[in-house]
Amino acid sequence: MSKLNRNELKALREDKKKEFSSIAANNDTKIIIGVGTCGVAAGARETESAFLDELKIQNISNTTVISETGCMGLCHVEPTIEVIVPGMSPVIYGNVNEKVAREIVKTHILDKTVVTANVFDRPAADIVNEAESSSDYKQYRIVLRNCGIIDPEKINEYIARDGYMALEKAVFEMTGDDIINEMKISGLRGRGGAGFPTWMKWNFTKQVEEEFKYIVCNADEGDPGAYMDRSTLEGDPHSILEAMTIAGYSINAKKGYIYIRAEYPLAIERLKIAMKQSRELGLLGDNILGSDFCFDIEIRLGAGAFVCGEETALLESIEGERGMPNPRPPFPAVKGVWGEPTIINNVETWASIPVIINKGGEWFSSIGTEDTRGTKVFALTGKVQNSGLVEVPMGTTLREIIYDIGGGIPNGREFKAVQTGGPSGGVITKEYLDTPIDYKSLQELGSIMGSGGMIVLDEDDCMVDVSKFYLGFTIDESCGKCPPCRVGGRSLYNILDKITSGKGVIEDLDKLKEIGATMQKASLCGLGQTSPNPILSTLKYFEEEYIEHISDKKCRAKKCKALITFEVIPDACTGCTLCARKCPVNTISGARKEVHFINQDACIKCGECFDVCNFDAILIK
Amino acid sequence: MSVTSVEEIKFSDELISFISDWKDQPGNLIMILHRVQEEFDYIPREAAKKISKMLNVSMSKIYGVITFYHYFKLEKPGKHNIQVCMGTACYLKGGEDLIDELENILGIGVNQVTEDGKFSIEAVRCVGCCGLAPVVVIGGKVFGKLNKKKLPEVLANFEDE
Repeated sequence: MSKLNRNELKALREDKKKEFSSIAANNDTKIIIGVGTCGVAAGARETESAFLDELKIQNISNTTVISETGCMGLCHVEPTIEVIVPGMSPVIYGNVNEKVAREIVKTHILDKTVVTANVFDRPAADIVNEAESSSDYKQYRIVLRNCGIIDPEKINEYIARDGYMALEKAVFEMTGDDIINEMKISGLRGRGGAGFPTWMKWNFTKQVEEEFKYIVCNADEGDPGAYMDRSTLEGDPHSILEAMTIAGYSINAKKGYIYIRAEYPLAIERLKIAMKQSRELGLLGDNILGSDFCFDIEIRLGAGAFVCGEETALLESIEGERGMPNPRPPFPAVKGVWGEPTIINNVETWASIPVIINKGGEWFSSIGTEDTRGTKVFALTGKVQNSGLVEVPMGTTLREIIYDIGGGIPNGREFKAVQTGGPSGGVITKEYLDTPIDYKSLQELGSIMGSGGMIVLDEDDCMVDVSKFYLGFTIDESCGKCPPCRVGGRSLYNILDKITSGKGVIEDLDKLKEIGATMQKASLCGLGQTSPNPILSTLKYFEEEYIEHISDKKCRAKKCKALITFEVIPDACTGCTLCARKCPVNTISGARKEVHFINQDACIKCGECFDVCNFDAILIK
Repeated sequence: MSVTSVEEIKFSDELISFISDWKDQPGNLIMILHRVQEEFDYIPREAAKKISKMLNVSMSKIYGVITFYHYFKLEKPGKHNIQVCMGTACYLKGGEDLIDELENILGIGVNQVTEDGKFSIEAVRCVGCCGLAPVVVIGGKVFGKLNKKKLPEVLANFEDE
């Protein structure tokens, strides 16, 4: 394909729009398969082959189109697919294995009867093509507008859904200041965690008079338990390219970098494909859409360092150095990549921007709360029925997310807390489930919005153990440059280790608070400043659990191995000898058909006896 | 430890051309190390020496970068490197049990290689498949919703190769 000018792009869009929506008109059936990392891991490729095969068997291959798409957000029921049969409403199916795939072909496509057992609700209205009636859905998809709908490897499908329309509008109808002003009206704040107003970052960078300026996309999603950025990049890579190009135009930058984790190979691959396609159509590179504006993007790989999500460390890493943070100021807006003014935004922020330009800042600011406009994508995981990616307007309550969208806690367990903000965040308890979420409200509760990890904990999770898990992560990821983080983090971890091993003393709690407070104040970068948060916030809400570990030597969640014992329940034991045979340290004694006994001195608390017992005769105390 | 000398380690033509493409670009070191690891599955000392010469950067700088980032390896992993996710969701759903069980089955610890060089175990940070937790990744393929009992079946996929 050759490079397009503005009119040619418009014509192409009209053309593709017709094509995209005319499948029904041709009387063709369409099967859309979700092939994000989760989908593929759950067997989407095998499902796809089963479809192809069954369509052939039924002799309807030539009237059925199979296409691929990114994440639909229903991670707990992958592989997911959508079936569009002319004359029927589109249906989303989950848990589609090879058998279900064949059944869908026979029952849904041929007999026009929905396979009810596998049907799942559509998560949100389509903001691109539908009149907005947000009340029908809990979710509202701006960032994920194309995920689960378009094939991320086909630029035409992106264009058909108003793709590159914002770029066109920006380059031909707006000045750099107009764009920044629109961002200001929108109220968009950085979605990476800190929530800094996006327009301000842009404006600072614009005001610096330098010949070279840069645009950076932070795709170093390191928060364990969060995958919003991966899904966005896998499902809609062009939206990021378009937004970065718009930013480039607004501040007169000519080059952008996408800094992405090497652990996300599929996202990297799709970005590369997208960049190649947009260069071919003249949407990236020299003289974009025939104008004087030139801008190109390069991918730089991260290499597994959480601290590189911090912007000054990220800049070091782009430059090929060890990713150690630097004191700010100077901020990257003034001195960024190669010492030049640089805009850094994260994936989710970028993905919102083309919609803001298309629909206007006013429209965007009408969504959300006074404090935080727009939507937020959360990776809802942990002890929740429907784990997956959810995008909700700011101001939605935690209860709506966890219970209405997430379906509550599985296995009849009790909700304990929800963790937001990952290793930099904290927990929120039952009493606060009705808090409308925005940056301010979460901060007031002692947690943070963070990048969007939302992990639900139930009664089987030990708060001291969870804190220790996060601390273990941050001390591993501390770059070691400043002592508060390097030494403080290690001290905190050692104390938690002491407490979970039953050796803690009550004074340890004061030490945790004191060291934590010092780290918050004295650490060089965000990693160190926020790493005590998981401890401080669990201490705030669950101090009695810490005290139990220390004074009673008890872990109520039965997670801390040093504080639990395994015992045989004499009335339930049948003397089958299975536990004794499986015990790796041979510490269970008892003759056949007689009650067994666990010698506590030698028990390593591996839990094998509990796992293998067929009569529920092992008690964990 | 390998006994290969500087002269003996051979870079493929693709790797050499990759390096010459990137040679004059600023901030190229991490990108080049990624490409080297792609070829050898780790970064052999001899390869680091060769890069040091090709790019005219010191070995201390190269090792500074390699050891800073978790992704770069200095030891050769097994033919099938088993990456056990230790992200929060996987941790809560028993990621640690998976590591214990793998250690039992394979008789090696984390970051060790089986005697036949076939398997190694690595604890990795979140791979972003939290909806399928707990997961392990072997050779780029993700296995989700695992428990101890399912592990032998997963490993069996790689036994006959």
